[in-house]
Amino acid sequence: MTVNPSGWRPSTPLSAESGGETVTGNRALMLEEPLLFEAGNSERTGVDFECAPAKAGAQSGSLPSQGHRLAGLARTDPIGLAGLSEPETVRHYTRLSRQNYAIDLGLFPLGSCTMKHNPRLNEKIARLPGFADVHPLQPADTVQGALELIWVLGEWLKTLTGMPAVAMSPKAGAHGELCGLLCIRAALEARGDAREVVLVPESAHGTNPATAAFAGYRVENIPATKAGRVDLEALKARLGPDVAAVMITNPNTCGLFEPQMIEISRAVHDAGALVYCDGANFNAIVGKVRPGDLGIDAMHINLHKTFSTPHGGGGPGSGPVVLSEALAPFAPLPFVEKRGGEFVLIEEENADEHHPGSFGRMVAFHGQMGMFTRALAYMMSHGADGLRQVAEDAVLNANYVLRELDDVLDAPFASTGPCMHEAIFSDRGFAEGLSTIDLAKALIDEGFHPMTMYFPLVVHGAMLIEPTETESKAALDQFIAAMRAIAGRAKSGDESLKSAPVYAPRRRLDETLAARKPVLVYRPAQTGE
Amino acid sequence: MRYLPLSDSDRSQMLATIGAGSIDNLFVDVPQAARLSGLVEGLPLHASELSVERQLGAMARKNMVAGEGPFFLGCGSYRHHIPATVDHIIQRGEFLTSYTPYQPEIAQGTLQMMFEFQTQVARLFGCDIANASMYDGSTACWEAILMASRITRREKAILSSGLHPHYVSVCNTMAQFSDDALATTPPELSAEPDTERLIGKIDDETSAVVVQYPDILGRIFDLQPIADAAHAKGALLIAVVTEPVALGLIKSPGEMGADIVVGEGQSLGVGLQFGGPYVGLFACKERFVRQMPGRLAGETVDAEGKRGFVLTLSTREQHIRREKATSNICTSSVLCALAFSVHLSLLGEKGLRQLAALNHSHAATVAERLSRIPGVQLVNDSFFNEFTIKLPVEARPAVRTLAERGVLAGVSLGRLYPDAPQLENGLVLAVTETVTDEDIDALEAGLKEVCA
Repeated sequence: MTVNPSGWRPSTPLSAESGGETVTGNRALMLEEPLLFEAGNSERTGVDFECAPAKAGAQSGSLPSQGHRLAGLARTDPIGLAGLSEPETVRHYTRLSRQNYAIDLGLFPLGSCTMKHNPRLNEKIARLPGFADVHPLQPADTVQGALELIWVLGEWLKTLTGMPAVAMSPKAGAHGELCGLLCIRAALEARGDAREVVLVPESAHGTNPATAAFAGYRVENIPATKAGRVDLEALKARLGPDVAAVMITNPNTCGLFEPQMIEISRAVHDAGALVYCDGANFNAIVGKVRPGDLGIDAMHINLHKTFSTPHGGGGPGSGPVVLSEALAPFAPLPFVEKRGGEFVLIEEENADEHHPGSFGRMVAFHGQMGMFTRALAYMMSHGADGLRQVAEDAVLNANYVLRELDDVLDAPFASTGPCMHEAIFSDRGFAEGLSTIDLAKALIDEGFHPMTMYFPLVVHGAMLIEPTETESKAALDQFIAAMRAIAGRAKSGDESLKSAPVYAPRRRLDETLAARKPVLVYRPAQTGE
Repeated sequence: MRYLPLSDSDRSQMLATIGAGSIDNLFVDVPQAARLSGLVEGLPLHASELSVERQLGAMARKNMVAGEGPFFLGCGSYRHHIPATVDHIIQRGEFLTSYTPYQPEIAQGTLQMMFEFQTQVARLFGCDIANASMYDGSTACWEAILMASRITRREKAILSSGLHPHYVSVCNTMAQFSDDALATTPPELSAEPDTERLIGKIDDETSAVVVQYPDILGRIFDLQPIADAAHAKGALLIAVVTEPVALGLIKSPGEMGADIVVGEGQSLGVGLQFGGPYVGLFACKERFVRQMPGRLAGETVDAEGKRGFVLTLSTREQHIRREKATSNICTSSVLCALAFSVHLSLLGEKGLRQLAALNHSHAATVAERLSRIPGVQLVNDSFFNEFTIKLPVEARPAVRTLAERGVLAGVSLGRLYPDAPQLENGLVLAVTETVTDEDIDALEAGLKEVCA
């Protein structure tokens, strides 16, 4: 059967229950697509070069006459790359794209990930040649507008958080955590007080302990109370001269604000340690609370969460870190300063004069410029009033979902009061043999992306739902109706949940097989048809 | 506000459902002392699309745009022509607005793309396997050094003097906080790379030797002797590639014995963007897979036996292993990896070889013409599309003077190595397919003037 370009088709016929077999393996608009390496070959290309290169070049395709400049290292063996013509390329990736769920298609209530609408104005701004087509090593006076943009964005972040300084270069949230911890480490070492331990709540994102270990610290857990908050007494009991920092997520990963945050900060400072705040959930409080007023020393801000830069299937992100006076002198290079009307890039060469304490450099260049432009466009669009409304609507939407589902699903913290931007449920009450994953996969069949599953670990079979402020009431009502129906099936022991999803491009995938015999690159012998 | 669908009547209805009198009732957990009663002070109110475009457009216009004049900068960030198809594909909402593919049944598009990207990177680098991307080349370089420490259980890496100084700086910064010790020096303005020095320094405590290929001055050299010397002492060879287009013309590091090959993928599919976001490439020998950082897509089958892809070997990663993970990396650079992959699919093997040949031949022509300017000396014997010249004057002010005349002439070594006066006359130029004859004429005329 050679219906698609490679003749590739799914190896197994469709089961009768899903409508029977087609010749191609396609099902109407659900189009199967071979791998690039099955569809393309080494001869085909989708790029043309000048037929008659000007005096500068040799014949395209032939090895240049200057081959003697290659140190005898010309690549003569086949590389093994597959090429496609332009129409085939467009079709390949368009077909692949249609196998993805996305915010543009529907509600994406992935708790802790803040999957909000990505405004298209942001994309337009990021592509202005003055931002997109500028080299990081151009002389500073040729990039004043780029430096200005970084500086202005930094001012917005400082103002919104009530913090005096910001480090812009970290590439993502976890990289921002690292930046914050390295500032803390440098500050402690500067006062001759190196410490060894970082305390992290059990409910923290996995990046927190991983980052602390990456920064050379030993990690210890602090327990949570029954109300899902940091256990202040346990924390106080553990604080001591060996503790360098406490990493707190606020609002926390159960979607709850830490009401004792000011006391936590005070206790940590009294013990000579510093407070790192994981800002992943800043969306719940932007414009309502300035974290600086809670006594924190460092907090990263995921521009790809709160400030709407696209997640892109797993990045790029951007994780600027706001810093307290105590940590500002240790911020990484490079950064931008405004001196009079001029924007100055502070790098290794001019750091000694004004910033001798900097702990060093985290990335090759200046951070995620393409994310900065998007985030600033978003902030300017909202303004102070719109951003406050963002937090209020995000919290309102989450509480609406919480209230509309807490009679059919166990909501472990609903009795303690409202949630912030995300609502958490457990799988308590599900029939024997059914769990969170079964509900989640059934949600796929209903046309929704599942919520965050089994995280945080402090709630059994956790379902963490973050609708975000960019969902309408109608969208929430539809989601709630689907959730109620599926929750009913889970409680009554409907075994058909085990086979969900049925309508997705793929049924449940065998992750054990993938891990036991890893196939990480295409090898023709292993995929013989 | 145009991004917020709730109307005031929706809000009151929903508050009624919740049983809250006002929105502030939902913020009761926030300590009163920290609750803002009004708007954050010091920020403007919301703005229309038109107004935001005007304000940010004005900011953008203050920059000198690479594509609007003669442009010869490289050193870790390269200006190539990006086919229109690339930007079209990465702006499809199903790629742009999707998340890390934790739910594989509805993320096969991203997962298959990752698998294809991994295959492309592995083949380009001459390695067995590759991951689905890192933040950028510099952070990938440090992660490779850490990985080599885990594999060899040694903590001394030797960095080549030809490694990008910003990469060196990132590694030195991070090494302060780990147990690793790094050794390096600035490069010499010579045609010879520091292969002999590197080989001489390898001992029984060496975890890895790190070389850039082509190096910061654009030099190309055989990695095999370094690989052999490293392996003889139980150390690894890490190769760093900042210009992957080069590998359409010259041998891959993997073919010359490198154990881990990392790099910056920006030059395929991703614009200059003032330094980010870029895409870190990470490839290695298959036997090291469980020590690798970052996401991996792997092949499997679904419940009906159909081929599909999932994120795999995640027991290396922070969300499972927490403080015992191989890295703290979570978000990587998948959309940039997609851009890289689309560009490389369009090129294919044939197009990549043509593109690389064109770059090299342009660069060779420019190198020859510039070296005929009195007082100017070509440092390199070998290069791909980037080479170093020595001017009779300090290069940094010369670059500024040329910029005032509309020519972005290259990266001065004074900018990269402010503490090395012996390098201050050095200028590194990259010449890609985007350079025109007029650009070369303008560069030549400008350099003649500043050198006179």
